[in-house]
Amino acid sequence: MSLPTPPSMRNHQGAPSSRGLIALRWARRAPRVLFSTNHRTIGFGYLAISLIAVIIGALLSLVMRVHLAWPNWPLPIYGAILPEDYLAFVTMHGTLMLFFVLTVAPQSGFGNLILPAQLGARHMAFPRLNALGLYLTAVALLTLLAAFFVPGGAPIGGWTAYPPLSSTPLAGPGQGFGMDLWLSSIAFFAIATTLNAINTLTTITTLRCEGLTWQRLPLTVWGWFTAAMLSIISFSVLLAAILLLFCDRHLHSGFFLPAQDLVNGVLLQHRGDGSPLLWLHLFWFFGHPEVYIAILPGMGLTSMVLANFSRRRVFAYRLMIATTLLIGFLGIIVWGHHMFVAGLNPFAGTAFSISTIAIAIPAAAKVFSWLATTWGSRPRLTTPMLFALGFVSLFITGGITGPILAQPILDEYLHNTFFVVAHFHLIMAMAGVFGLFCATYYWAPLLFHRTLSEPLGKLHFWTTLLGAYSTFLPMHFTGLAAEPRHYSQLNGIAGPSASLLQSTLPLQRHITASAIFLLCAQLPFFLNLLLAWRRPANNPTDTNPWHATTMEWAPNALNPHPNDQPSIVYRGPSHYTDSGTEFYPQWSDVNTFNTEAE
Amino acid sequence: MQAPQAIPPTHGFWNLPTDAAAHGHALDTHLLLNLWIALALLALAHLILLLGLAIRKRTHRPYHQLLIEYLPLAALTLLFAFLALRAQQLWATQRYTGADLSAMQVEVTGQQFIWYFRYPGPDAAFGRTKLSLVAPDNANPLGIDLSDTYSRDDIVTSQLVLPANREVDLTLRAQDVIHGFAIPEMRIKQNAIPGQITHIHFTPDTPGDYAILCTQVCGMGHYRMLATLRVLPLADFNTWLHTEEALQARDESQP
Repeated sequence: MSLPTPPSMRNHQGAPSSRGLIALRWARRAPRVLFSTNHRTIGFGYLAISLIAVIIGALLSLVMRVHLAWPNWPLPIYGAILPEDYLAFVTMHGTLMLFFVLTVAPQSGFGNLILPAQLGARHMAFPRLNALGLYLTAVALLTLLAAFFVPGGAPIGGWTAYPPLSSTPLAGPGQGFGMDLWLSSIAFFAIATTLNAINTLTTITTLRCEGLTWQRLPLTVWGWFTAAMLSIISFSVLLAAILLLFCDRHLHSGFFLPAQDLVNGVLLQHRGDGSPLLWLHLFWFFGHPEVYIAILPGMGLTSMVLANFSRRRVFAYRLMIATTLLIGFLGIIVWGHHMFVAGLNPFAGTAFSISTIAIAIPAAAKVFSWLATTWGSRPRLTTPMLFALGFVSLFITGGITGPILAQPILDEYLHNTFFVVAHFHLIMAMAGVFGLFCATYYWAPLLFHRTLSEPLGKLHFWTTLLGAYSTFLPMHFTGLAAEPRHYSQLNGIAGPSASLLQSTLPLQRHITASAIFLLCAQLPFFLNLLLAWRRPANNPTDTNPWHATTMEWAPNALNPHPNDQPSIVYRGPSHYTDSGTEFYPQWSDVNTFNTEAE
Repeated sequence: MQAPQAIPPTHGFWNLPTDAAAHGHALDTHLLLNLWIALALLALAHLILLLGLAIRKRTHRPYHQLLIEYLPLAALTLLFAFLALRAQQLWATQRYTGADLSAMQVEVTGQQFIWYFRYPGPDAAFGRTKLSLVAPDNANPLGIDLSDTYSRDDIVTSQLVLPANREVDLTLRAQDVIHGFAIPEMRIKQNAIPGQITHIHFTPDTPGDYAILCTQVCGMGHYRMLATLRVLPLADFNTWLHTEEALQARDESQP
């Protein structure tokens, strides 16, 4: 395959200009980058936001872990960590990670970078709406981080912000201006995500190129599609709930508050007699689909990457499309499983329990497809493939405790213990992040015009996998010993509660050590990204180093020339010969390509 | 009094605290069954994954095989249906109906960051409370309205004392924010919500001292919102209760 070098790629190979001019060139380029409506620029903007959020969020978790294991250790410069500081860190860690990392990076970041190319389209449907979404997300992040610096600090109620703790400054430090900033931030974020979801849905429904039928869409697109639908449904409800809570805070309304409430010795009267349970319903109606928004794109990518490196079609492709949609649908009718012991009618507990356990069926179908796709395929164990396999492993380990927590009688014991922390960190945080790493290594040739270093990538994978399991598996056991979440301290307390809490300390110390190891394991990744900066670009004629079959790898898919013919898709994704030696890309009408050519 | 520090707080491979409630055994059995099944499925899935990767010879695999697509799914569905059914039986036994009418009544009130327990006294009825009357400095942390005749003999404690082998019906309330009332050794947990009343009932069956924890983040002192449940043999409990009642009656008689 010999192709003319696209103009943009030529620039990357040009001789470096003198250092003094680089700053000037950046200053000249900055406005064009900042106000760009190009989906790739916007995608990189989203990834930059996620990168900032993930670094801050991870450092916060590090401080929390060290404090839990060694409570007397003062944070350098900052000083002693007070209980309210610990809870503020918990809140900010959860908010940053869930919203600004796990929602932004897979859906908005990689969605913008890869989705149009995968559809054979040249741009997203609404470029200016897209840019607006990015600005709002950036404003949301700045608003959120500002909460650290206002009097009282960041809110202490966790990312779930249950009222009345979240409805009055009297309830604790951080619940004043810090809470207002938190609510504003999430309101901006909800609008931004909804705009982005509308853009994603419209792009997928209207801009698919000729021949790209629904059944030929890669499963990544199905993941983005389902996540976008969930975003529209759930974030609008969250926005409404936040506006109501704002009224409760500042206009003495009582949507989520009883007529009278005695907080910190002050009797608060509200116009109306509401219930905090209403907030729980609205919040979790958003909160549970949010988890699927974070993980569905990763599930789709895992299917595609496993098929790519196993050189096979995805096993039971149509069933995988159906299960993606089914997981999305079931995701909106299970929110009550967060409320089994919150004062919900016990019959409702039974109903939500059944709908929740039902999710295990489509989720298990996905696991079977992954196992069957890789079984006996002698796959190429490249770094992206390893991360996809890691995703499968963590998805199984984190998911297997889901049906346990879905049984109300067992949740009664396990609710809000570290067992739950282990569950959602493995399936959502770790599997989600493995999905992001997989995406970065897999799509690196499209993002940076370079493949990342394989030895560094493999080092990154094995240490991260070990760190993830070593950190989160023991949490099941402290949870089974009944250790509750959100406790800033486990020792120095008297009575039988003390011996119960203190008994978990040795395991807690192990978890903290593992968490430090897990964080250090990310250094090879950053080193890899930095080194990629210095590496020579891939040969521009080799646009498809992984021998992938989906449209984003077609020649010129990322930099379509205005004079290019419109793309045409001839078949579904991941078509390989039985031996795996030849593959049939979606964009090619006749030719097959040998995977062992070069 | 038993010394709970003498025995380790948790036991077994799965690290559970001792079970000291009548319904605890059935719950533990079901929990352990679930955990072992989860561990087995986890091991099986990883075994298949690694074995599939380890096979040296590339095998031909069709992209659709109804048997492989649906047979394991059907098996898993049956397994989960069985577990769900058993869990619902246990849940229904504990929650679908309230406590027996003869159950002992205790009211639990959560406030930042302390638990209060109120016993109805000899008249077996709780007096009225009003948030406007709450005065912790004036020995009235619950805002008990003394103009209500039922209030006079109510006993308020900071430790939950219960007789062994008698069902207790806890009425849960919260004054300020949502709190989570949990006694791990009794295998119970239920949130206390301001403006609303919730109930939970159980039967302690082993005398001893047990941890009461707050399990719903309620503010900066959440980690120290702890209390003690003391389960006494019936005779000891009656002695304790009569002493408390006598003290309460003496306080009442004084102007």
